Amino acid sequence: MAAIEMKHIIKKYGDGFPAVNDVSIDIADGEFVILVGPSGCGKSTLLRMIVGLEDITDGDMIINGQRVNEKAPRDRNLSMVFQNYALYPHLTVYENIAFPLRLSKTPDADIDKRVREASTLLELDDHLERKPANLSGGQRQRVAMGRAIVRQADAFLFDEPLSNLDAKLRGQMRTEISRLQRRLGITTVYVTHDQTEAMTLGDRVAVMKKGILQQIASPRELYEQPVNLFVAGFIGSPPMNFLPAEVRGDGKLQTPLGPIALTTDLQRQAVQGHDVLLMGVRPEAFEDAKLVDPDKRDKGDVFNAQVDVTEWLGNEQYAYIPFEASAEIRDQLRDLSRELDSDQLRTQLIIAIDSTSRIRAGRTADIWVDTRRMHLFDPKTGVNLTRDEQAGARLTAEVEEERREEMEEARNMPLGEAPDVQGSSSGDGSVGARDGAGSRSSGTQEAGSRRV
Amino acid sequence: MSTTIPAASAEVRAQVPDRSGKKPGITDRARKERTLGWMLAGPAFFVMLLTTGYPVLNAIWYSLFDFRLTDPDGRSFVGLGNYITILTDGLFWRQFGVTAAITIVTVVIEFVLGFALALVMHRALFLRKSVRTAILVPYGIITVVSAYAWQYAFTPAYGFVNPLLGTDRDWFGGTVPSLVVICLSEIWKTTPFMSLLLLAGLAQIPNDYLEAAKVDGATAWQRFSKVIVPNMKAAIMVALLFRTLDAFRIFDNVFIMTAGANGTETLSFLAYRQTITRVMIGLGSAVSVILAILVVLIAVLFVKGFKTNLAQQKGA
Amino acid sequence: MNTSRKGQVGWIIGAILIMFYALLPVAWILSLSFKAGDDINNQKFWPTNWSFENYDIVFSSDLFTTALRNSVGISLIATFISVVLAMLAAYAVARLEFPGKSLILGVALAITVFPIIAIATPLFNLWRTIGLYDTWLGLIIPYLSFSLPLSIYVLSAFFREIPWEMEQAAQVDGATAWQAFRKVIVPLAAPGVFTAAILTFFAIWNDFIFGITLTSSEAARPVPAALAFFSGASQFAQPTAPIAAASVVVTIPVIILVLAFQQKIVAGLTNGAVKG
Repeated sequence: MAAIEMKHIIKKYGDGFPAVNDVSIDIADGEFVILVGPSGCGKSTLLRMIVGLEDITDGDMIINGQRVNEKAPRDRNLSMVFQNYALYPHLTVYENIAFPLRLSKTPDADIDKRVREASTLLELDDHLERKPANLSGGQRQRVAMGRAIVRQADAFLFDEPLSNLDAKLRGQMRTEISRLQRRLGITTVYVTHDQTEAMTLGDRVAVMKKGILQQIASPRELYEQPVNLFVAGFIGSPPMNFLPAEVRGDGKLQTPLGPIALTTDLQRQAVQGHDVLLMGVRPEAFEDAKLVDPDKRDKGDVFNAQVDVTEWLGNEQYAYIPFEASAEIRDQLRDLSRELDSDQLRTQLIIAIDSTSRIRAGRTADIWVDTRRMHLFDPKTGVNLTRDEQAGARLTAEVEEERREEMEEARNMPLGEAPDVQGSSSGDGSVGARDGAGSRSSGTQEAGSRRV
Repeated sequence: MSTTIPAASAEVRAQVPDRSGKKPGITDRARKERTLGWMLAGPAFFVMLLTTGYPVLNAIWYSLFDFRLTDPDGRSFVGLGNYITILTDGLFWRQFGVTAAITIVTVVIEFVLGFALALVMHRALFLRKSVRTAILVPYGIITVVSAYAWQYAFTPAYGFVNPLLGTDRDWFGGTVPSLVVICLSEIWKTTPFMSLLLLAGLAQIPNDYLEAAKVDGATAWQRFSKVIVPNMKAAIMVALLFRTLDAFRIFDNVFIMTAGANGTETLSFLAYRQTITRVMIGLGSAVSVILAILVVLIAVLFVKGFKTNLAQQKGA
Repeated sequence: MNTSRKGQVGWIIGAILIMFYALLPVAWILSLSFKAGDDINNQKFWPTNWSFENYDIVFSSDLFTTALRNSVGISLIATFISVVLAMLAAYAVARLEFPGKSLILGVALAITVFPIIAIATPLFNLWRTIGLYDTWLGLIIPYLSFSLPLSIYVLSAFFREIPWEMEQAAQVDGATAWQAFRKVIVPLAAPGVFTAAILTFFAIWNDFIFGITLTSSEAARPVPAALAFFSGASQFAQPTAPIAAASVVVTIPVIILVLAFQQKIVAGLTNGAVKG
């Protein structure tokens, strides 16, 4: 068990470009932290610096209170699951799992006991004598985890461990990793580019962009109180909508959708000293105006718009509304989408409406927007002007509390009890935008109900 | 789910940093890596350097002397004298011509034949393994053995070729017929190597390309010339380069079949005869150096020509 | 699908022609080796009487048997050392960053380009001076140097195909660099090492130039060189048929290796050449 502290970590390559630039993260003992960001953001480099596969240019890497910058990977007592699993093809599953123990000259009887424990935990008992080439993707993934847990390392490091699995298996393994981590209570750092994994697994999520840490917070805080445009756009699927908004004298914003009223004090403060802002609204803050209760309706604003395309998904429905924007704003939105690794071509609004809504493509409709949930960003710096720090901190504190409880519970549960893989088969796909915010807690509920 | 997850399409591997980019400061790990690198590669490097570095320098040095092994005291510095002697000697140019002719003839025929073999090996579904095994026999066989086999086949006294062709030609009586047999042996032995390299290039062309071309209405020849050949330029270049360099250094076949008689002497053979037979170390070394320079020249021209070819391709 | 079947018939005929082409000269030398006495002059492809006389002659000839012993011994020793050295060097070249790497590759490339005869001549002088002329070691050393580049190319192509993560995983699992190399990389590279060994053996077994320039007697002369100096049972008998028999004998190992390891040889040849 160990805490990991990163202090002003910098990684520069030959060309002098910092792949990781002044990143400081404190990871508490037993915490599950996700490093997330688009490709090239430095998340994998950071992970490899923790484990010692990459030299640290500057800063301190402290594990268990000891500076480990100069230590070889073998002296750091960390275990890692690689993206391609890195199973040794010439060794059986048993020997793969036993490999770290063999290197440390553990007595054979001890090795056998621990390998079998791990294999039982991961349901690999039937495959111990097989070679990795004869295993399915999910089984290989579990062998890689077996090799990681058998050693009783100080921390687990995962480098995009699920990216080679299909969507369904990814969902199953995600919950499996979550359960294992809670049960073993071991500090875990997990790199992914998939924001669904980030949201569902992490106690805290560190969002990185071009080597710089943007924000580290609980998934909920990231979702509801992002610090800037990048985090707001990266977290959530479908992503947050960004619209240009001109500040009018009458407490309203002029947007391509029409005038929208400022509702909260934070919003009113935010517009001070600005002419043009970027307004960010999550898809689920919209609704078909016909389906909104009158008293709720008053808390937002209604506008009329032409719907371009609708997508009906059974439990929810998305509508696409194109809007015009000045060239300057368009360029800015395009830059943002490039930074987010997405290739959005047109300026359009994606809104989530009730699946019973009769709004259809090609028609105009009245759309209600919950203006309380609207964020305003400085178009030049991208800073979120309406971020409520206290509310955010509260959300993160809640998660911290939850984590402690879960770990307590998990530790009280006997090891080796076969976990069933049901209940998580919902897979990646169904964790949509609507329950994006709640997916963390719904995941917790799932896990909780299984334990009962 | 038809909505896009922003980062889901991210290219994952791009994240792993490039190993070649090293930073200026040397860390412990980098230093250890350097030491280990030289510890591992050092012995091989040392052996290669010892047996080539020294001889090469030695050859260059001796090529500047009039030096006969049987008369070491008569050794004298002649500067570029040996080179002048060689380059003004008509015999050298004749041998250069013979070598060049052998090179061009064998490489051209090997290329055409090798391509045909590669196509057959690529396309034939049956006998595939047998063909590949059979083709490795010429590749693996000792060149001297190949030379004997072909020499005997064409020798009037006991060869089967003359009765087969209904002639009684003395194949080893003149320059051209002798060269024909030498080339046959060379081609037989080395075409398999060429065809295997070309086969590797063929195997890298996705079948989709050919199917797409078929759908677009390309004939078999058009598919070959417009799809297959342009897509295996690298393999073709490697095959041609390797074989050209090899053919230019032809020695074994000449030695066995004619021992340089009837004007079949090649440059490698000349170098051998000057140094080993006549022990004219100075002159022989100069021949060796000239031969080496010519080989390097061919390699450079090949690579240059190929590069401009590639550049044009990109520009088009 | 009549056309494609017709096409296949064409390819099969092609395949048979290739086998004919590849094996005819071998069959010819084999046939020659069984022609005894004047049968050699029968001007036919096959012998009138099959006879082992020529094999008796070559195996009772010291010239041939010692040459065979020299060839086998020198080739095996040189192949072994060459592959071990090449394995270490190829790993360093494929996986490690160190100054001078391009120098090593450059020297290797220079050797493959340089005419062997240009190296053999100075070595002839040097070996005479330091007493390596006409010895096993005198052949093994140059064989090493001209087979190393090929082995290094073939093996580094193999090493590059082993995922980086494999060694990194071993390091994280607690292995030293040497342990990672020995316990993970070497077993994974074994097929490549094997292929390199076969190709190296072929190259050395085939050598002629060093064989005739660096030896002068039975002490070290290998088979290809000995064949060139072979002179039958007596001064007067034609050496043709015995040479054919000797040729067959030295071709047997080649054929055995080819039959057993066809796939590996093809893979090694094409990998090393195209990627290296």
